[in-house]
Amino acid sequence: MGFFFEVLIGGLLSGVLYALVALGFVLIYKASGVFNFAQGAMVFFAALTFVGFQALLPGWTGLEEGSVMVFWLAFILALASMIVLGILTEKVVLRPLVNQPQITLFMATIGLSFLVEGIAQAIWGANVRALDLGIADEPIGWILDSADMIVSSFDVFAAALAGILVAALALFFQYTKVGRALRAVADDHQAALSIGIPLQHIWAIVWGVAGFVALVAGLIWGARSGVQFALTFTALKALPVLILGGFTSVPGAIVGGLIIGASEKLAEVYIGPFVGGGIEGWFPYMLALFFLLVRPEGLFGEKHIDRV
Amino acid sequence: MTNAATASAASAAPYLSINNVEVIYDHVILVLKGVSLQVEKGSIVALLGANGAGKSTTLKSISNLLGAERGDVTKGSIEFKGQRIDQMTPNDLVKRGVIQVMEGRHCFGHLTIEENLLTGAYTRSISRAELKDNLEKVYHYFPRLKTRRTSQAGYTSGGEQQMCAIGRALMAKPEMILLDEPSMGLAPQIVEEIFEIVKDLNSKEQVSFLLAEQNTMVALRYADFGYIMENGRIVMEGAASELATNEDVKEFYLGLAGEGRKSFRDVKHYRRRKRWLS
Repeated sequence: MGFFFEVLIGGLLSGVLYALVALGFVLIYKASGVFNFAQGAMVFFAALTFVGFQALLPGWTGLEEGSVMVFWLAFILALASMIVLGILTEKVVLRPLVNQPQITLFMATIGLSFLVEGIAQAIWGANVRALDLGIADEPIGWILDSADMIVSSFDVFAAALAGILVAALALFFQYTKVGRALRAVADDHQAALSIGIPLQHIWAIVWGVAGFVALVAGLIWGARSGVQFALTFTALKALPVLILGGFTSVPGAIVGGLIIGASEKLAEVYIGPFVGGGIEGWFPYMLALFFLLVRPEGLFGEKHIDRV
Repeated sequence: MTNAATASAASAAPYLSINNVEVIYDHVILVLKGVSLQVEKGSIVALLGANGAGKSTTLKSISNLLGAERGDVTKGSIEFKGQRIDQMTPNDLVKRGVIQVMEGRHCFGHLTIEENLLTGAYTRSISRAELKDNLEKVYHYFPRLKTRRTSQAGYTSGGEQQMCAIGRALMAKPEMILLDEPSMGLAPQIVEEIFEIVKDLNSKEQVSFLLAEQNTMVALRYADFGYIMENGRIVMEGAASELATNEDVKEFYLGLAGEGRKSFRDVKHYRRRKRWLS
């Protein structure tokens, strides 16, 4: 039984990482109805920018390498670049496409993802870089002692961080004026425009926030597996998460992430041996397919309300 | 003294005036062919006409929602309180007190009624208490909304959605509401209820209304002045009471023939006469 829980907890914690990426998709989808295919590229861009600044800063400022100061400066610079990237995307790519069919916008974001990946690599190079957040990835002692389970301290940290982020976003969406406006814009652009909500501001805010989420996700993923091009593909694991949780729901992204994370690990361990292993890669997608058949709007997605 | 002077100067200029406005959609489709109309402060003006006459386009050219539909005001000018407003964004216009309630309600379906109303105050920076006061005021005019305040707007009835849309506009503290087809798809009783509220808002809150309507009979009963549009032009105007008794209007829009049933020959005659211009 101990082993089962170990796998389960490991899965849940890695699910949190999926959830973080999925969150970025949800934010933009909610506010602008755009499925932002470039979110994975943004995660990659964010992590690479952070690592890049972290390497450059000691040379520029004479600060000690690896110090807390350097970490936060690099974080702030990376965040600033993400916000600039977000605002530029809104201005250059999305604004000229207002009121175009969804598929046009979707194609635009695919193009954007190549562009962002290319720019990131052109600036910072294509090497795999290590990212150290200063949090050890080792079993937590007291859990190992008392329950005989291996739970990584890094995973717990990542989960806590994601939890805080999600709670903050949920509160922001539900109770603030701008959050309400964001949801209003998501429902009906034209009506939002008619009551004087400036769409451009709202979209700039959303892309900025999505950039921030991408940065946090990029840092955690990067610290996990190195900052490399493959990050953009791992980010696509967010797709089944979204289908499971619903494209429009922040809590859905979290629960979906947890379910995907836990089920893929459990499937790998318990079903894998019967089919020769390697289930982890495709199991989430199969689960998503099943959900599409049974509950297309996802667990927490908003049902399309239609009046006859 | 100076206050009084400026006030009289402002009242001398028409409150809202549209001069010879031409609107083209998609650079090719000419929809408004030189429309001019005026709204006096504190009045209810009805803009009447059949489908496709250009009523909605006229309203959207004022509220500047045309841009999002690839429409463009290519000629003419629009002035509100003596100032040109034709290049202003909807956000600026709402801050200035001009707001449109769109045709087909357009409530935010996934937001509750109360949240819908709150979004209406987006352009105003007011305290929490003031916001609450405003909300209560809207609930005072629309008691039905209060009972549905926590329901998702998408699940409320058509009448409630129309009330929600008007209430939401009220939250922006407008001076002038452009109301597009408030009666659409509603039961006659609800239409009556909504027009009563419009009249109430007009007299108690001093909100001026420009309303586009197909329901000529009801609109003329509540309006002070009316314009009739056809094919992107204004073909007739006059005090509402005059229009309501005008023989042509009676015949074409109210479906009241002067002398009983007509023979088919007369019906033909009627169709030809319908075109006032061109």
